[in-house]
Amino acid sequence: MDEKIQNLKIMGITKRFPGVLACDAIDLEVGENQVFALVGENGAGKTTLMNMLMGLYQPDEGEIRINDRKVQFHTPAEAFAAGIGMVHQHFMLVPNMTVAENVALGAREFHSLGRLDLGGAKKRIKDISARYNLPVQPESYIWQLSVGEQQRVELIKTLCFGARFLILDEPTSALTPQETEELLDLLRRMSEDMSIIFISHKLQEVTSLSDQVGILRHGKMVFTGPTSAQSPAKLAALMTGHEVNLPKNECPEEGGLRMLSIKGLKVRSDRGFLAVDGLDLAIHSGEILGLAGVSGNGQKELADALAGLRPVESGVIDLEGRNITNLSPQEIISNGFGYIPEDRNHEGIVPSFSIKENLILKDFASPEFSQGPFLSLARADKYAQALKERYDIRSPSIKTQAGSLSGGNIQKVILARELARKPKVLVAVYPTRGLDMGAEEFIHTRLLELREGGAPILLISEELEELMNLSDRIAVIFKGRIIDTVRGCDATLKGLGLRMAGLVDGAEGGAA
Amino acid sequence: MRKSLAVIYVFLVSLAAILAAVGIGAFVLLILGADVVTVYRVILTEPLKDLFGITEILVRAVPLILVALGIAIAFRSGILNIGAEGQMQMGIIAAAAVAIALPTLPKYILLPLSLLAGALGGALWASIAGALKARLGVNEILSTLMLNYIAAQLYGFLLRGPMIDPAEIQMGSGTPQSVRLPKAVWIDRIIPGMRLHYGIVIALVLAVLVYLLLWRTTWGFKLRAAGAEPKAARYGGIKVERCILSAMILAGAFAGLAGAVEVTAVHRRAIEGISSGYGFSGIVVALFGGLHPAGIIPSALFLGLLLIGADMTQRAMSVPANMVLVLQGAVILSIISAKMFINDPYARDRFYRFVSRRGNEPH
Ligand SMILES: Nc1ncnc2c1ncn2[C@@H]1O[C@H](COP(=O)(O)OP(=O)(O)OP(=O)(O)O)[C@@H](O)[C@H]1O
Ligand SMILES: [Mg+2]
Repeated sequence: MDEKIQNLKIMGITKRFPGVLACDAIDLEVGENQVFALVGENGAGKTTLMNMLMGLYQPDEGEIRINDRKVQFHTPAEAFAAGIGMVHQHFMLVPNMTVAENVALGAREFHSLGRLDLGGAKKRIKDISARYNLPVQPESYIWQLSVGEQQRVELIKTLCFGARFLILDEPTSALTPQETEELLDLLRRMSEDMSIIFISHKLQEVTSLSDQVGILRHGKMVFTGPTSAQSPAKLAALMTGHEVNLPKNECPEEGGLRMLSIKGLKVRSDRGFLAVDGLDLAIHSGEILGLAGVSGNGQKELADALAGLRPVESGVIDLEGRNITNLSPQEIISNGFGYIPEDRNHEGIVPSFSIKENLILKDFASPEFSQGPFLSLARADKYAQALKERYDIRSPSIKTQAGSLSGGNIQKVILARELARKPKVLVAVYPTRGLDMGAEEFIHTRLLELREGGAPILLISEELEELMNLSDRIAVIFKGRIIDTVRGCDATLKGLGLRMAGLVDGAEGGAA
Repeated sequence: MRKSLAVIYVFLVSLAAILAAVGIGAFVLLILGADVVTVYRVILTEPLKDLFGITEILVRAVPLILVALGIAIAFRSGILNIGAEGQMQMGIIAAAAVAIALPTLPKYILLPLSLLAGALGGALWASIAGALKARLGVNEILSTLMLNYIAAQLYGFLLRGPMIDPAEIQMGSGTPQSVRLPKAVWIDRIIPGMRLHYGIVIALVLAVLVYLLLWRTTWGFKLRAAGAEPKAARYGGIKVERCILSAMILAGAFAGLAGAVEVTAVHRRAIEGISSGYGFSGIVVALFGGLHPAGIIPSALFLGLLLIGADMTQRAMSVPANMVLVLQGAVILSIISAKMFINDPYARDRFYRFVSRRGNEPH
């Protein structure tokens, strides 16, 4: 039954959700050892299409053929059995279990008499990691691994299930540049024995990796063809229907008032160590300060502490001359602090609330949306409707549950809320992660607008190009401290990369 | 097309759930050797045959609605209060104590005061579990359940000791009950000869108020956000611990009020068994009603019907009224299962496919 998948065809597949035509008569064909890149705007229907291939959803119309035989998968297990494996947009690993346990958990063959055959799983992991040169420790716990390593575990897990056809849904959106490069190399090697469908919003990756590219727009496949004829810019234009020009921060003049200053900040992580360890930073009005660094070097803890969501052990945070250290989130918000958090699905929104309710999450008690103890629903409706249009949030209505939106549209809801509040200072953590080019352009433009208006912005990102495009200055964080700060225009990829690894002018970085 | 399918789906699942509950009940009845069809007929239709039955259903519905409203507030705020039974008993004690202590006050002062005391008693009792949860993260299911036992003992002790009717001691019968409450605290009955009382008005008004609170006020917005996703609520500047505590206090106040209304309108003295499981049935009513006042009212009426019907079968057919408990359990099980089906997109998807395949098949 382990025959090769020489050909996979999707024919006329249509899928409707209440009020949404997610996939509209899509045709797609992937040949043997081909890499097919699937691109499209947020909410175009990429994930939905792949979920149907995996048996998670059933198409309303159309059919799937493997090697010219019609197949129908009712559950993911049936798709696995046919050799199709998928690495999802969100990781599906149990954090307090080891790699081997996670692999054994998902595969029937490692279940024996109610116990997990960990030995067998470990052996399989070793085989696979040797075959594709994918280093991983079967005994390490998931929570100990970096995001890149977890991604690798997801891949190994899928391969251990016997995948001969691999689907990767935005595998690189949370990876550092090095990790991304490694993953792309790996996929190139893997494409020698299997076919791959690769979803990404990063068009460079698409052009460098894939053989064929398909573009989805509003649920329709609007273009398919060989990748070699395309450039990232052309793809972006095909995808959005217009040319995409990421705006740039023109080299700035110095000066501006010091708005946010952080001195000697120490903050503990969830695991109890000092994740932010004596950090000093100042941001001036009308300045975007980019914070570069490999994730896990204290970025999350810094952002949480600024927002009042994590206690500050020592040090001072000063906003416009007011000490806001360890104030409550409510007080910090009312001081004009805007925050785009990393965890958009559970922190940035209340998933079971409507888009409207999420848009007023921070302001429901303000005079704008309340009258005495009552909410002013009509005003909230109008406000939400306006933001939905202005920020192009794709959903049937403002009453739609925010949790049912596509990843990119959830991010737009958060951005709309934070930017519309006209914050005095904004902290943005990976604000464009997982967003399409058009949305990225839109958000960059908004951030620069906010900067024009004089607000200081702390932009935390791993995308060096994004940082270099937008920042007036770029600070590099390493082990909870700023080890260097450079002017945005003077920054180079190489220089930032070295500093992110803790190296300043060839020496191991320590104090700033 | 989709929309009507969705409605049909929800309807069919609910129907299946009701049938399952009825089926489980029938199974138990069969074991008891009862005539299943007649029992169900008696339970479901007998109470509706005369005014007395109907008013009695309403009498039961009053405490059920009040308790369930509190439960809905708590559940929506993310705290699972199963201590309504104990909170209700505290409400009874407090309301009765105030009425007995101040018998000379005029009605328009004493009655509101006594009801208020009942609500406070329940709120105070609930605040113990609320504070434990908010401050120390103590699981509220455990603490409210345990507090139920303590409340039951305390209730029994007070009625046997400090609050016992002196006449009972004189006559030596020692029935654990308080003196009759002063007339000034009685909630009036609506129809002469029937027990139906104006508490029903209180319950209906409060149902509207709870709807307004949860969906129309900023406070309700906070509570629902804290219940739905505490992390996002905290991020949005909402003090989640405070929401938990206040939701618990409100829930307790509703249960306490249910007790106060029950004692001042129906029994008119504190005796054992006033709460008689309303605290638990209230949870069923709240869940069955979808944690929404508009659902809670009909589901309280339905459960009231079951309770009266079971009483009648006990008298008419010697089937124990505890059968209702079995039915309640079956109802909880089937609601929870039905909810899973209704919310599961894959199951829903499978149903659509099934229907459309049938529809498309050539004849
Ligand atoms: N379970 C669901 N219920 C209702 N609507 C849904 C559901 N899943 C997806 N949708 C809608 O279907 C459309 C396509 O969503 P999908 O997740 O496939 O987009 P995507 O192309 O993967 O976007 P992104 O790049 O943001 O991940 C969106 O409009 C989304 O809101
Ligand atoms: Mg997606």
